[in-house]
Amino acid sequence: MTPTDPATAAPAPTAPHPHMAAQVRWRTVEYVFWLATLLPFVVAPDYLALASQIAITALFALSLDLILGYAGIVSLGHAAFFGFGAYAAGLVSKWGWGEPLSGLLIAGLAAGLLGYLMSFVIARFRHLALIMITLGFGLLLLEAANSASGLTGGADGLQGVKMWPVLGLFKFDLYGFTAYWYALIVLFVFFLMARRLINSPFGLSLRGIRENPVRMRAIGAESGPHIRKIYTIAAFMAGVAGAVLTQTTETVSLGVLDFQRSADILVILILGGAGRLYGGLIGAIIYMIARDWFSGVNPQYWYFPIGVLLIAVVLFLPNGMLGGIAQLIDTVRGRRWFGWLTSPPPWLRSGSKP
Amino acid sequence: MSPVLETRGLDKSFGSLAVARNIGIALPRGVRYALIGPNGAGKTTLINLMTGMLHPDGGQIMLDGEDITALGPEERVRRGLVRTFQINSLFPHLNPLEAVTLTICERERIARTWWRPTSDYRAAIDEAYGILDSLMLGPVCTRETRELPYGQQRLLEIALALATRPKVLLLDEPAAGVPREESSELFTAITSLSQDITVLFIEHDMELVFRLASRIIVMVGGGILLEGTPEEISADPRVREVYLGGAHG
Amino acid sequence: MMTSLLGVLFDGFAYGMLLFLLSVGLSVTLGMMNFVNLAHCTFGMIGGYATVTLMNAWGWPFLATLPVAFIAAAMISVVFERTMFRRLYRASDLDQCLLTIGLVFVSVATAAFIYGTIQQPVQLPGYLRGSVHIGGVTLGVYRVFLIVFALAVSGLLVAALEFTRFGAQVRAAVDNQRMARGLGINVDGAFAITFALGSGLAGLGGALAIDIVGLDPSFALAYLVYVLIVVACGGLGSIGGTFAAAVLLGISDMAGKYYFPAIGSFMIYFVMISLLMWRPSGIFGRR
Ligand SMILES: Nc1ncnc2c1ncn2[C@@H]1O[C@H](COP(=O)(O)OP(=O)(O)OP(=O)(O)O)[C@@H](O)[C@H]1O
Ligand SMILES: [Mg+2]
Repeated sequence: MTPTDPATAAPAPTAPHPHMAAQVRWRTVEYVFWLATLLPFVVAPDYLALASQIAITALFALSLDLILGYAGIVSLGHAAFFGFGAYAAGLVSKWGWGEPLSGLLIAGLAAGLLGYLMSFVIARFRHLALIMITLGFGLLLLEAANSASGLTGGADGLQGVKMWPVLGLFKFDLYGFTAYWYALIVLFVFFLMARRLINSPFGLSLRGIRENPVRMRAIGAESGPHIRKIYTIAAFMAGVAGAVLTQTTETVSLGVLDFQRSADILVILILGGAGRLYGGLIGAIIYMIARDWFSGVNPQYWYFPIGVLLIAVVLFLPNGMLGGIAQLIDTVRGRRWFGWLTSPPPWLRSGSKP
Repeated sequence: MSPVLETRGLDKSFGSLAVARNIGIALPRGVRYALIGPNGAGKTTLINLMTGMLHPDGGQIMLDGEDITALGPEERVRRGLVRTFQINSLFPHLNPLEAVTLTICERERIARTWWRPTSDYRAAIDEAYGILDSLMLGPVCTRETRELPYGQQRLLEIALALATRPKVLLLDEPAAGVPREESSELFTAITSLSQDITVLFIEHDMELVFRLASRIIVMVGGGILLEGTPEEISADPRVREVYLGGAHG
Repeated sequence: MMTSLLGVLFDGFAYGMLLFLLSVGLSVTLGMMNFVNLAHCTFGMIGGYATVTLMNAWGWPFLATLPVAFIAAAMISVVFERTMFRRLYRASDLDQCLLTIGLVFVSVATAAFIYGTIQQPVQLPGYLRGSVHIGGVTLGVYRVFLIVFALAVSGLLVAALEFTRFGAQVRAAVDNQRMARGLGINVDGAFAITFALGSGLAGLGGALAIDIVGLDPSFALAYLVYVLIVVACGGLGSIGGTFAAAVLLGISDMAGKYYFPAIGSFMIYFVMISLLMWRPSGIFGRR
């Protein structure tokens, strides 16, 4: 377009194509991480039930990461979709269809449909109104489930969930062996999907929305459709996570819709590091294991260290633990080996107000 | 020849402060227009009105003979009416290559595909790199935007606008805060853009304005004082008064 | 039928007064600083526990504990504001949310640790117990007291905002912060004082609420939702709006629970969401 002065145009140190391609490539750390998820089978066979809880929570956190970490949409009511999926899966089974995979799909579609409807509201609001609406929506659903006790079993929980063996071969056993590999595979599949998504042009646009919605309009991009799409996808994933919980435990209680669950998943994601794909996974592992250790103490006390951690993260560690660790390593080594961990946001910090 | 961008009787006030009063301008294709006026004259507001970031209280905006007054900012950009910002409005945690590729993907409507990696869209990346390189941003295109020096961020503002393939480019003080010797270079780059692009730029440096603009609009207090060639403007006593007499809108 | 309706209206109004005391501070501080303080009800809880401690451990009379509840909440809120909130005024909503949720968690756990998770009992003085009958309607004496008290407080508040210099500064800051700063108003100072006052009122509300809704560590979370609804529906920074929204919500909540027990509790969320979709800045909001 403009004539380039050959004298001033320095040769590019980083060629654009390799740079873009490098973002998609799998790192060694990632292979190690996923291989390590198989360890519980060998090292801690007594803890497979916990391991599957972790996998479910990780999937739930991943779904929140897509909307919060990538698109920058705050939600205080994400449990709505988790719970909707959980109840959907439970009801499908209770009504006589106990096939897990199709149940998963049905539950995901139900939650996705709910998310799609909700997304029209979400896309219109930001800031305080958005926080309130997501919070209110979550509570609304909880109260609805509580009131509709004929359908949901109310406070007693949904009874009579019975799952058939996975693929007609593998029964959900008492030790959680099937449960863990089932949950792990589901998590991995959706992780692959999420990973693909964030490296696509669509993922790039989501990050643009997070970074600067005003500028998005000024480059001719409509944020609304993008937001609606990612919200629907995230709701689908959250619904699937809830469904896996139902299927592996064969019960559903009102707790799946609790505000506490929405808050917990937010905490998990923030502690791990939002907007970096593995943040939610790492957060889930640490949080769930810690919680298991302290399961003896009064659950209300549990929130003391969590609260302190949250405050500390907001004040001192804007990138969550993953970001903090990466920064530490960078500083110690004086090089940016872990740049892929730090890629996005202190936007948590620098987010602007109108 | 009919003007590519035209406003008719644009009005806007914030409370009791009238910031646009009966603005009527017509930009022919390919011209290099300068918009000048003292601080607070309403120049940025006029750009906001034309690009749909603000709604006028009255009046019309026409692009290529079509009334676009009711369209949203995104739709105006798609039709070729594009702006940059006086105060940098970028994507701090994206690098320039990603930001410009994002713009191109949105323009080409591939931004909704989520099953193919961005790196597969080699043409988009090539084009993005080309634009960045033409603005001397090639060497830093993989560094995060927030780490770039201010001058390069100003250039990225323009790169983003160019990536939309504009017909009309509205530049709000593109060289604000850029050192003098660089700003001259910047403006040379702007004026040598393709003749298909109509450019309107706001600039306070009169030397640059008179050297580079083919026509000049003077705004004072929300209204257009006069419009003409650099010679006409520099000869007009009212302009002298505005700039030397310290009259404010 | 008629008398039950009047009874519900009366109880709902009293409940609305509680909600008003609990929320008005949040509304004004949100209007001024746009700071999303989800820990506001923590201050209410602090007031409640101050009253309980003074009455049960020290034998103070109920009325004498109320000023202490106010001051305790106000003082603790100032500590929070100085050490933490202050640093986040320009941060994103998410950061503000997270920090204040963290505070809620800490306060809930602390209250559970000190007082246990049981409901705290209070023994109201004899002259606030019982009920009076007016025209066939039974009115609880305590609720009458509550209404009179809250009305007096809101009267004072409105008068202070309308007729004092400080009030004028606060109004200017809510209206347009940049302009207020430009006029040389010390917005940060005004905010700190408003914040303390608002938290003190919440503390008062928490103390007065014990006899009506009870007090346990989950108070800080359970009433947060109601308070947010009131604030959102009333419109940020509008005292009149907050009052109207609190009364409306109090009455509709009571009426809902009384006449439609099956769906009463989710009606309010439904009302809130529809309202926000219709007017994102509240009934009386301007922005
Ligand atoms: N959103 C707004 N609300 C109220 N007043 C505004 C708003 N935006 C701009 N103004 C006022 O409108 C007037 C014109 O502002 P504008 O930014 O258009 O001026 P400008 O000509 O671009 O000045 P500068 O050379 O300083 O950039 C100014 O007095 C400004 O304070
Ligand atoms: Mg300007």
